[in-house]
Amino acid sequence: MSTTYNLKMLRVNLTEGTIKTEDLDEKLAKKFLGGRGLGTKILYDEGVATVDPLSPENKLIFINGPLTGANVPTGGRYMVVTKAPLNNMIASSNSGGVWGARLKYAGYDALIVEGKADAPVYMVIDDDHVEIKDAAALWGKTSEETEEVLKEEYGKNASVLNIGPAGENLSLLACIINEADRAAGRTGVGAVMGSKNLKAVVCSSKRTVVEPYDKEALRETVAKNLKLLKDNGVTGTGLPTYGTAVLVNIINNVGSFPTKNWQESQFATSEEISGEMLKEKFLVKQGFCHRCPIGCGRVINMNGKIVGGPEYEPLWAYGANCGLDDLEAITIANYWANEMGLDAIGAPTTIATAMELYQKGFITDEDCDGVPLKWGSSEAIIEWTKRMGLNSNPLAKLMAQGSYRLCEHYGVPELSMSVKKQDMPAYDARGIQGIGLTYATSNRGGCHVRGYMISPEILGLPQPLDRFATEDKALWTKIFQDLTAVIDSTGMCLFTSFALGAAEYAEMINAATGTNYTPEELLVVGERIYNIERQFNKAAGMKPEDDTLPKRLLEEPIPDGPSKGEVSKLHILLPQYYELRGWENAFPTEATLKRLELL
Amino acid sequence: MVEVRLFAYFRNNRGKIVYVDPNQYSNVQMILDHLGINLSDVQILLVNGRHTHAQHELKENDIVALFPPVAGG
Repeated sequence: MSTTYNLKMLRVNLTEGTIKTEDLDEKLAKKFLGGRGLGTKILYDEGVATVDPLSPENKLIFINGPLTGANVPTGGRYMVVTKAPLNNMIASSNSGGVWGARLKYAGYDALIVEGKADAPVYMVIDDDHVEIKDAAALWGKTSEETEEVLKEEYGKNASVLNIGPAGENLSLLACIINEADRAAGRTGVGAVMGSKNLKAVVCSSKRTVVEPYDKEALRETVAKNLKLLKDNGVTGTGLPTYGTAVLVNIINNVGSFPTKNWQESQFATSEEISGEMLKEKFLVKQGFCHRCPIGCGRVINMNGKIVGGPEYEPLWAYGANCGLDDLEAITIANYWANEMGLDAIGAPTTIATAMELYQKGFITDEDCDGVPLKWGSSEAIIEWTKRMGLNSNPLAKLMAQGSYRLCEHYGVPELSMSVKKQDMPAYDARGIQGIGLTYATSNRGGCHVRGYMISPEILGLPQPLDRFATEDKALWTKIFQDLTAVIDSTGMCLFTSFALGAAEYAEMINAATGTNYTPEELLVVGERIYNIERQFNKAAGMKPEDDTLPKRLLEEPIPDGPSKGEVSKLHILLPQYYELRGWENAFPTEATLKRLELL
Repeated sequence: MVEVRLFAYFRNNRGKIVYVDPNQYSNVQMILDHLGINLSDVQILLVNGRHTHAQHELKENDIVALFPPVAGG
C-alpha cells in the first residue's frame, strides 16, 4: 500500500564511520506524525536529554513530515531536532527550500547523525548511495562558497545544507543553511553540526515524487486547499506582494515594535525599514520554497548581487532594535548572517543587547576594537555580524554565545531580552498579552512561531481578540501551540494556517498516508507533541521558573505610544494555562501523560 | 486635521498619508468612502494605535491606520 512515508531512516555514526538504514515504526509515526513530533520522540527515547549538547553523545536529526515531498502546497519542509546548546533544552528548527523534499525522494524520512568525526567531513546522499567524505577543503568557507563548491561537484539539482564559520566555531547562535538563504535558524543547531565536524550534507535523487495512499482523494483536497490559499487575502495577496516584512508598519503602529533592545516600543522612522520600502527599493522577485504557492521570500538586488532579502525579523532586529533605519545596511548585514551561518534573529538581537551594554558603559571603546557599538551604526551591524561569525576578537567570541551569556558576563543578565536563554522576536509582549504567554511557555525558549498569537491579537485572524485582555488567552495559546506542533510535524509551512485549519490538514494527511485522523484527533497529536517536548526539557533539567519573561516585560511599563503603561500579566495567564494543559509546576501530571498515551 | 496612514496596496494611487478634516469626515467609514476603500477589504483598522471599528468617531489630531489583509511571522 502506498504512503508518503518512506518508513525508512538513515543512521550515520561519524565516530565509527558507519551508515545504516532502519525501519521507521509506523505506529510511532501515527502517534507523532513526523518532523518536530517524531524527531523529539526519537531523541527522548534514545536518552539524549541528559547529554552535553556539544558532545559526541548528542544526536542531530534531520527529519521530514509525511507531507514533505508530497504533492501538497508547501510540502517541502524539514526539521532539525537535537538537544540545544543554547539552553540545554529541546531544539527543533524548521527550514524550507528543497533539501527536505530531496531527502524524501532519496528514500528516507530522517537522517540521524551520531558521534563526532575525527576531522571535518561532509555527507553525500544520492538515493541508495550514501557516503562520508573529507571536508578539509570546505572548512572555513562561508555558506554560499560551500554550496557553490558542492554544486559544482554534484550538479545543480543537488541540494546542499551546510554550516558557515559560525557553526564550525561552535557559536550558540549558529544555524544550518540550505539553498543559500533558507535556514533552520534558531536554538544553535549549527553548533551541534559543527561539534560533530560535519560541514555539509548534499542530497539528490532521481525520484521526484512520492506515491500517496489515495491519489484521487489527495488531488481533490489539494485542489480545494489551493483555492483557499489563493482566495485568502494574506496567503493569496499580502504575503506574495510584500513578504513578512509588511509587519514592520503594523507592529510599529500599535506601539509594540521593540526599539533599542526593548527600551522603547515605537521606532520613529520605521517606514524606512518597512516591507513597502523593501519592495520599492530592492525587490527583484518573489522567492519560493518547494511546491509553495505563496512565495513570501524576497529576492533582492544588493549592490548588483542577487541575494535572499531580509524578512520581518531581521529587519526589526538589525533595524529598530539597533536604533537603525538604514535599509541597505540591513540587507548587507542579513546577507552576512546567512554567509556566516548565524541565526538572523539571535545575532542581531545580541548586537542590540551589546549596544545597550555600550550605552550603559559595560562595554568600552577598547572592547569594540575600532567599531563602536553605537545605536544606529550601519558599520556596527555589518562588522559585528562578521566578527561574531569568525570569533575575530574576545568580545565577538562572547557575543557569539548569545545575549544571555553576554549579559551574564557583565553581571546584568536581566538586560538579555530572552526566555530560556533564547532571544525573543519582534513583538513587545507587554502590549500583546497572549504572545507573552507563548514566549514564556515555548519549549525551545523565546519564540513566536510556537503559537503565533499575533494572528488573533493584532491581525484579527481567524478572529480579533483584544490584545490587552487576559480573558481566554490561555486557551487560545494552547490551541495555537498544539495546531502549530501538528503543522511543524507534517512537512508543510506554518504560513498555510492563515488559510487552512485542522480539518484541511487532517484530510491531506489521511489521503497521503491512509490514516483516519479527525481534526480533533490531530489536535490531540499536537498536544502529545507539546507534552513530549516538555518531558524532554524536564529530563534535561528545566525548572518551573524557566517559564517566565525578562524582568523588563514584567515590571517596566512601556514608556510611550499606543501601548503606554502596559506590562505583561503573566502571573494571571500562567496558572490558567497550566490548568488547561493538565500541568502542575510547569510539567505534565501523571494523569495528563496517561491521557496522551505518553506513559 | 486627522492623519490617515495607508499601507501595502492601499497606497496604490492614494499615497502614503492623507489628511482629512474631522468636521467633514466625522468617522472612519466616511474616510473609507472618500478614499474608495471597501470596509470588507480592511483587515486592520487602528485609531491612535488601537484596534477599532468603522463607526469610530474622529477628533482633531487622531491618527487612522488602514491595512489590507497582510501578515507575516
